This record gives sequence, structure tokens and C-alpha cells, in this order.
Amino acid sequence: MEILSATELRKSYGANEVVCGISFAIRAGECFGLLGPNGAGKTTTLRLCLGLIDPDGGRIALGGVPIPQRAREARLRVGVVPQMDNLDPDFTVEENLLVYGRYFGLRERAIRQRIPALLEFAGLAARAQSRIQTLSGGMKRRLTLARALVNDPDIIFMDEPTTGLDPQARHLIWERLRALLAQRKTILLTTHFMEEAERLCGRLVIMDHGRFIAEGSPRELIARNIEPEVVEVYGDGVGDWAARSSGLASRMEQTGETVFCYATDPRQLLAVLESEHGLRYLHRPANLEDVFLKLTGRELRD
Amino acid sequence: MTDFAHRSLRRVPRPSLRFVPIWRRNFLVWKKLAAPSILGNLADPMIYMLGLGYGLGAMLPQVGGVSYIAFLAAGTVCFSTMNSATFEALYSAFSRMHVQKTWDAILNAPLDLDDVVLAELVWAASKSFLSGLAILVVVWLLGLSSSPLSLWVLALIPLIGLCFGAIGLAITALATSYDFFMYYFTLVITPMTMLCGVFFPTEQLPSAFQLASNLLPLTHATALVRPLLLGSVPADIALHVLVLAAYAAVAFYAALVIFRRRLLN
Repeated sequence: MEILSATELRKSYGANEVVCGISFAIRAGECFGLLGPNGAGKTTTLRLCLGLIDPDGGRIALGGVPIPQRAREARLRVGVVPQMDNLDPDFTVEENLLVYGRYFGLRERAIRQRIPALLEFAGLAARAQSRIQTLSGGMKRRLTLARALVNDPDIIFMDEPTTGLDPQARHLIWERLRALLAQRKTILLTTHFMEEAERLCGRLVIMDHGRFIAEGSPRELIARNIEPEVVEVYGDGVGDWAARSSGLASRMEQTGETVFCYATDPRQLLAVLESEHGLRYLHRPANLEDVFLKLTGRELRD
Repeated sequence: MTDFAHRSLRRVPRPSLRFVPIWRRNFLVWKKLAAPSILGNLADPMIYMLGLGYGLGAMLPQVGGVSYIAFLAAGTVCFSTMNSATFEALYSAFSRMHVQKTWDAILNAPLDLDDVVLAELVWAASKSFLSGLAILVVVWLLGLSSSPLSLWVLALIPLIGLCFGAIGLAITALATSYDFFMYYFTLVITPMTMLCGVFFPTEQLPSAFQLASNLLPLTHATALVRPLLLGSVPADIALHVLVLAAYAAVAFYAALVIFRRRLLN
């Protein structure tokens, strides 16, 4: 069953079309990733699907309800983890959950009964009475996640949920998201962390300049778009070496001091590198980041 | 912009009780910070009323047929209500919308911008009710008003609060930073305080200013509150009430349209 579908979705700001006729459908219980560099149109897509902004064209159905016409009704069954924390700084952890639950028309008693389990889930059971300012970045994110679950939603929208977190905090969030997927919750995730997408998403699309430029499972995307093995080479004179050795790999790309060599069979390349003094290298399987960089380019996005 | 989007930005608001949980959120914050808030809202106008009323009043003959402090009492109730509603609708609403992103969090729940803006308006009026009421109580305690008619002021203060809360929200909808509010205070609120019978009767003004004064909402507030505190039935009640209500309704709708343009695009 599809819990969210969008067809030919369009949105422009002035002459700038930020969402250019995208279509997708998310099945209940899956984790669907929306990947793309900054400014690709990911957040605008989320806001369109939540009915916070009106599309210029296209159709959206969320939980079987047309958006934006009946967005308020649809959001009763949705949880949102926004990109920037917007917890209430004047409240305690517990009050944040209580006040947010009221926005869903939930009864005070029902919310209070739910709070211990939410705090447990977020690893904040001991911090119920803490003020928001005393929480770490990771704790705030987890509280934002708990807040998004206060209405026991069917689908959770997450806009870059781990941006700005340290690795420990990030792994804890991933673990919590997997727990939600095990409970058959649906997740729509935007991210520019490829590792995050690879770990969590069953299916994903790569978005750039308002369009989808690739879709599939992480494995499919890698298999379809890129050579299976990568050798990163760095060290003095790596540029000259690359110019001499271009026949050793099917593709080579230089970024700064590093040359990325993409190959189906890198044995000959590795043998050559063994004898090159002054160059160091790293041999690894291709990953989603390689696909992402190949498709969206290596130039900086602001 | 398509026709569809255009229509939806200008659609007529449909108020609902959904604003209540948002109002309660603001109330919970207020409860935590009540002491400095009460002090700021109450002490300041009280000091002006007592200082000017007794200090300046001692040098004055009667003003408008009564002692200066009795004259000033009505002005202070209106001024204090206006200021309190204005501060809340400007600085506090702006920080909830723009700085803390509280509105963004609320809009992700099954509430819409109309609910949020209505909650802000009712909240600003609620806070200003407290300010106006406190001054009124002091006026009663000092024996500056003893007529039962003065109880009607309790019904007028919320209307004055809604009026200035709505105008303030329209200004906030346009604001890019806190500095923007300086224009509103300096160019609108301060002149209005001088033109609308707060500190002295409007009859003292040159005739051109008197004309302008009649167009300003605060004039209609003092025209109602002053006679009631002094124990007489105001003239042209319907007109004054209508002007205040019209300011509230038009400003609220304008605020909503500008907020929609700003936040729902």
C-alpha cells in the first residue's frame, strides 16, 4: 500500500523552478531516501508533501488524503523531524512533549501516559525535568525525534536528521530509526550523508536541480552507475602519475591532491602502485558516495 | 503565482478553537517568567500615572473637569493595554516566529497558520488584559473611580487589546528584524499616545491634529474608558466600539495575508 505518492510535482520561486515535475511513491513500512546536494530541492519537496506550501502543478496523496486540500487532516498521522531543532527553549524535556501532543488534539492524560515510553525510546528517561539548554546536540535531536512520535504517526518525515552530530550521536539516531522501521513505521529521509542512506534506505532517489537523476536500492544504484572498485591515490606528484597511467583504470578523477581510479578489475593498477614510491593508496569497494559524486559532480554547492 | 496559490493566500480566515493549545503553550511560558513580566507590564505605567498624576497634577488646575490624576487614570488604562498588546504582538511573536522557529514546529502538527496567528492575537489580548486590569485595580484602590459604570471597562480592555494586538501582528508580518519595530514605535505608537487623549484632552490639539486624532484607534479607546471611569455614559458608544472592532478585524486579516505570503510560499 502506498502511504505517500507524488505525481508530476512542480514548484517555482520566481523564474527559478526548484521542483521540476518529480514523481514518486512510498510504500508503508519502507525507508525512502531523498538524496541531493544543498539546494537540490529536497526540503521544498518535503514541505510540498506536508501541505505547508502549495505546488504549482502535480498531485500529492498522503495517507490516502489529497494534499494540500486536506493537509491538516493528513498531518494527524505524520511525524516531522525538521532540519533545524525548534524545541521550546523555555520548557523542560517533558513539557516539550506535553505541549506538542496538545497540538494534535490529544488528551492531557493520554499524552502523559505516553511520555515515559517516548523518553525511554529517546534515551532521555533520566532527563525528563531537564531544561533544553542543558541538553547536548544529540539529546536535542533525540528529543525532536521523540516529539515527532508523540501522535504515534504512520509516517515520519526526517529532514537531514543527523546533520551536525558527532559519530556516536549519529549511530544512536540510526539505531533508533531502525527500531522504528522494525515497528513498521514508514520513513521519508532527506540526507546528504551517503553512509546514512546506505544503512537505512531500502529505496532512494538522487535529486539535483529539482529533478530525480537516479533511483533504486543503494546496491542497484552502485551496480548500475559505477565501476565496482575504487582506488584512491594520493601523495607527491599524483597528478603526473595519473597523466601517465590513465590506461590502468576505466575512469580517473582528480580532486585536489587525490586521484580516484574507478575499475572493474584493479589488479594491474594495484601492482603498479606497489612499485610507486611516494604515492599512497586506498583500495575499497565503490559506495553510494561515488555514485552521488559521479552524478552530481564534484564542484562545491552552496 | 498561479490562481490557486493566489486565492489561498487571500482566503478569508475561518477561526476555530484549534488555537487553544497554542495559547496554552504561550501561557505556560508566561507562567514560568511571570515575575519580571508582571513587573514590566504593571510597574512602568503605574509609575507614570502616579508620578505625572500627583507630581504634575499638583501644579495643574482641573483637567477636563476633574483632578489631573483622575483624568490620567483612563489614559493610563488604555495606554498600558495598548503597550502590552503591542509588545507581545511585536517582539514576542517575532521571536516565536523568526528566532525560535516555534511557529514552524506548530505548523508541522495538524494546525495551520490561521490557527497560529489567531492564537497570537488572543494571547496578546490576554496579556494586555492583565496590564489594563492591574491599572484599573490601582485606580479603584486609590479611589480615582467609584462608579459601577467603571466595571464596563473590564469588557473594553480585551477589545482594545485585540485592536492593538492585530495591528502589531501586521507590523510583525512585515518585520525583518527587531530593529524594524523602532519605526512603528517612533512613527506610530508615540505620536498616537500624544494625539489620542492619554495625557491631555484632544481639544488642546490644533484642529488639523484633532482631525487626525479622530482616525486613530486609541482616541476611541480613551473616549469610551474615560467617561466610564468618571461615572458617566460615553457618547457615541456604537461608533467607538465599531472603530476599534474594525481596526482589529482589518489588521488581523492583513496580518494573516502577509504572514501567509511570507511563510507559506
